[in-house]
Amino acid sequence: MAEMTVTLRKTALNATHRAHKAKMVDFGGWDMPVEYSGLVAEHMAVRTGVGLFDVSHMGDIQFRGPGSLAAVQRLCMNDASKLAVGQAHYSAMLDPDGCFVDDVVVHKLSDNDYLIVINAGTREKDVAWVRKTVGHMPSIHISDYSDMYTQLAIQGPKAQATLQKLTDTDLGAIKNYHFRWGKVCGLYNVMIARTGYTGEDGFEIYIPSDEPTSGRVWGEVLAAGAEFGILPCGLGARNTLRLEAAMALYGHEISDTINVFEAGLGRYAKLDKAVDFVGREALEAIEAAGGPQRKLVGLEMIERGIGRDGYPVCALSGEKIGAITSGSPAPFLKKNIALAYVPAQHAGLDEVVAVEIRGQLVKARVVPTPFYKRTKKTA
Amino acid sequence: MAYPANYKYTKEHEWISVEGTTGTVGITDYAQSSLGDIVFVELPKVGDVLEAGKTFGSVESVKAVSDLYAPVSGTVTAINEELKDAPERVNADANATWMLKLELKDATELDKLLSAADYEKFVSEETGH
Repeated sequence: MAEMTVTLRKTALNATHRAHKAKMVDFGGWDMPVEYSGLVAEHMAVRTGVGLFDVSHMGDIQFRGPGSLAAVQRLCMNDASKLAVGQAHYSAMLDPDGCFVDDVVVHKLSDNDYLIVINAGTREKDVAWVRKTVGHMPSIHISDYSDMYTQLAIQGPKAQATLQKLTDTDLGAIKNYHFRWGKVCGLYNVMIARTGYTGEDGFEIYIPSDEPTSGRVWGEVLAAGAEFGILPCGLGARNTLRLEAAMALYGHEISDTINVFEAGLGRYAKLDKAVDFVGREALEAIEAAGGPQRKLVGLEMIERGIGRDGYPVCALSGEKIGAITSGSPAPFLKKNIALAYVPAQHAGLDEVVAVEIRGQLVKARVVPTPFYKRTKKTA
Repeated sequence: MAYPANYKYTKEHEWISVEGTTGTVGITDYAQSSLGDIVFVELPKVGDVLEAGKTFGSVESVKAVSDLYAPVSGTVTAINEELKDAPERVNADANATWMLKLELKDATELDKLLSAADYEKFVSEETGH
């Protein structure tokens, strides 16, 4: 049998991950750490202390020039005109059907300067979509800076205490979904954003993507967090953390066949904003027709069993009515949870459905999401 | 050494140790390490008849589920009840944490299994290390 040779893409920290014996996997064409010391330990470190993630595989597209806001407004469903300089928000690029090209975080760097952070697996598609959709618009310069940054996520209740040791920027003054530039580990002008994908407090920093710098900062963050029991974390814990927080993952809860209302993300779609965005007409039509036919719900297994990605969801009669998009044991909650699409009439809270787990129907209940919500502290 | 020399191994990553006509079955250190944190082990009942190469249960970690394959044919004489409440023992010591014992049907089936050295070679080829 002929062997396929696939060259996986690597972040600047690849050698660091391998040197520290991380377990590596192919994640959307990237050679990434799935776990270091163990998924559960890493998950718990983020919920109770602090964890460090390499998320450099994420992409970054920058818009500069007087036409930037108009382009971002056309591309993304949230209302970027509401952003202050130094503020970010969750948004998405939609296709004309109101389905997802990708979900993104939009950062307003200055009045004529926006950065959108995009998913790793959709990078090329996103860049092509951006150029096709707004590339012709006036007074705008679009740059794909995906390979210029090493992006580190420092997440957990001790994230601020950890990162504060490495910067003179007052992190306490950065509100959630805001960012500043500051000196980090001796590097000037590092973007420090209070964002993340874990349902926990934390920061994401954007440093130069050369190997020595990336490796040095990685090591300094780990040293700074040692007193709080910091653990380097892999994508396994990142997935279970975001699932407990019921945050969408592209290719699972959202995709180019799932629309915004089905995914329960309608609150981020500003249908009445001044600039028409791609997908708006379709969303208005769906709304006018009485809303989506199927909905994303949270499930908690009642009976023993773990519902996993792709497993069918059935009515108690055994009739297939939907499917799980993400499912796993939840390490912090110590329950077996899942996100699933089901017809709207089965989406009510406390509805009991069955998950088909390798031929067996196992009962689950529709529960509120997020499954986990951190208690906001006045730090 | 990660793989005891007195055990036999399958390509599906189970081990079996044999005393007389009783076989004791578990999963290898490589298997537990690949799976990560194990949260659920599903085993057959005492008296169930297993057939070599066929699935007899499953082991689930946080991130994956994996079938268990019978190294040899036989009748289950005991299952490790401790794993119901403490499946993580498999992670702690896969070589010492047995899953079930069975009465062998045909001891010559053992000859088809891998030795520790062959298994170690198989794993290194499979992982490319």
